[in-house]
Amino acid sequence: MPKLPAEFADLEKFSDWCLPTEAERYAKRLDSTMAQMQELYDATMPRLEDACAFGDKFPLDDLPEDVRSLIHLMQSLVMVSFPVEVWKQPRVPDSGAAWAELYVEPVV
Amino acid sequence: MAHFKKPEAGSWTEHFSTLGTEPVDYTDSIDPEFYEAEREAIFKKTWLHVGRIERLPKKGSYFTRELPVVNTSLIIVKGKDEVVRAFHNVCRHRGNKLVWDDFPNEETSGTCRQFTCKYHAWRYDLTGDLSYVQQEGEFFDLDKNQYGLKSVRCEVWEGFVFINLDPDAESLEDYLGEYGKGIKGYPFHEMTEVYSYRAEIGSNWKLFIDAFAEFYHAPVLHQKQAVKDEADKLMKVGFEALHYDLQSPHSMISSWGGMAPPKDLSMVKPIERILRSGLFGPWDRPDIEGLEPLPPAINPAGAVPWGVDEFEFFPNMSLLFWAPGWVITYQYWPTAVNKHIFEANLYFVPPKTVRERLAQELAAVTFKEYALQDANTLEATQKMLETRTVTDFPLCDQEILLRHLHKMAVDHVKEYQDAKAAS
Repeated sequence: MPKLPAEFADLEKFSDWCLPTEAERYAKRLDSTMAQMQELYDATMPRLEDACAFGDKFPLDDLPEDVRSLIHLMQSLVMVSFPVEVWKQPRVPDSGAAWAELYVEPVV
Repeated sequence: MAHFKKPEAGSWTEHFSTLGTEPVDYTDSIDPEFYEAEREAIFKKTWLHVGRIERLPKKGSYFTRELPVVNTSLIIVKGKDEVVRAFHNVCRHRGNKLVWDDFPNEETSGTCRQFTCKYHAWRYDLTGDLSYVQQEGEFFDLDKNQYGLKSVRCEVWEGFVFINLDPDAESLEDYLGEYGKGIKGYPFHEMTEVYSYRAEIGSNWKLFIDAFAEFYHAPVLHQKQAVKDEADKLMKVGFEALHYDLQSPHSMISSWGGMAPPKDLSMVKPIERILRSGLFGPWDRPDIEGLEPLPPAINPAGAVPWGVDEFEFFPNMSLLFWAPGWVITYQYWPTAVNKHIFEANLYFVPPKTVRERLAQELAAVTFKEYALQDANTLEATQKMLETRTVTDFPLCDQEILLRHLHKMAVDHVKEYQDAKAAS
C-alpha cells in the first residue's frame, strides 16, 4: 500500500522517513549514516518545490493521508538538510552532551 | 573600525556609567551561598513568567508549574469570572499535592469545575475557596473560610502570565517599566503556533543568559552553520550591535540581520533558498496587523538592516522579536548553583499553507541546531569557573548585557542582605 500520492511514487522507497514528530525524525537522523541521508536529500530536494505546490492545493488542517505523509517526508528532508549541507555528520558539531527535547509541537 | 554609531561616551559600557569597565567577578555563578541568597533575594521577589494565556482558553482551564528555585508548585487557573489566578499546589488538609496526574513531579494541565484532592477528596473552587470537606462533622470547629488555597500574586501582560511570591511587590506593569510600555500592542495573540523546547543544562542559570545576550560569539561558535564564503565574511567583520539599552533591572540588544532575506542567495544554504526561511525565520512576513509600524521599543535605532531585538526581563526571561514577524521566549530555571532547566518557546502566526508550514519547520530545526551549540559550551565554562583558577573576566563593549546582568544579581542580593541585617 503506497504511503505517498501517485505523483510522488518515485519517493516511495523513502517512506520510512514519513515520520510525524520531530522526536522521531531527529532519532532517525542520529541513527542514519551520511550516505543514507545524502540519498534521501538527493532524491527529495529536487521535489521539494513540487511538494509545496502539490500540498498547497489542500487545506492545511484537512490534508488527505497521503499528502500528510508527503509533508512528513519533506519535514525529514528539512531535518537532514543540516547534516548534508553543512555538518557532514548526523550530530550537531560542538554540541557534545547537549540535548533539547521538543515537548510541544504542531504536528501536521 | 566601528560599523554602527556608538554613544558619545565612546562605548555603550561607559555610556551607562554605573557599570564600570573593569573585569567582572564570576563568583556569583559558582558560590552555593550566593545561589541560596539569589533564591530569596531575586526569585522570591521578582515577577516570573510562567506561561502564555493561550494555555487557559476556557473558564476552568488550568496548568501546573513546578518551580524548584522557589521550592513550590503552582496551579494557574482561569476562573468563572475570566480572572487568572495562581495558588500554591498544596491541599490545606494534610499537605498533599492537590493537582497532579501519575507522577508527583510532572506538570499537568486541563479543564475542571473545581479541584479535588486525591487523598481525602477535599474540594476547592476556582477562586481557591475550600468548598467541601469529606465527613466534615468529624472535624473540630472547622471553619472552611480559613482553609482556602494559599494564593500567589498573578498578573497578565500582553498575554504573558507572570507570578510573584512577594505580596508587597510593585505591579507587573510597573516592574516591566519602559520596555513593557514600548512593546505593548505587538500582535502576540496572533502567534499561537508554538514549538516548546526544554533542556537540562549543567551550568549556573546566568551563564546561559550570558550566552544568548551577546552575539560576539556568533561568527566563531556558529561559523559552520553558514556556507563557507558567508562564514569567512562574518568572521572578518565580527559582530557589532545596532543598539544597546539598559532600563535596570532589564536590558536589551538590537541587532542587524542580513539573512532574512539575504541580498545574495548564494550566501545561504540550498534548502533556505527553496523554503525562503532560516535562522531569522520565514522571510515572508505573515499577513496580520500590528507588524507595521512596530511598537516604539522595537528596533530603537530605526535601522533599515534591523533583524532581531532581544529584551532581557530580569531575572530569567528573554523575549526576542525577529524582523520577519515571529517571537521567541527563553527562560532559565535554576535547580542548583551549577544546574538549570532551559526552556525556549517559538511563536509563529499559524501557517495557512504547506509551504508556510515547512518554512516554519526549517526555522524551528535551525533554532535547535544553534541552541545545542550554545548549550554545550556552558558546562565547560561552569567547570572551569569552579576551579577558581581565574575569577575575573574582561568583558567587551558587545558584552554589556552580561556585565549588567551580573551586577543586577549582585545588587539584588546585597540589597536583600543589607535589609535583613538592618531589621
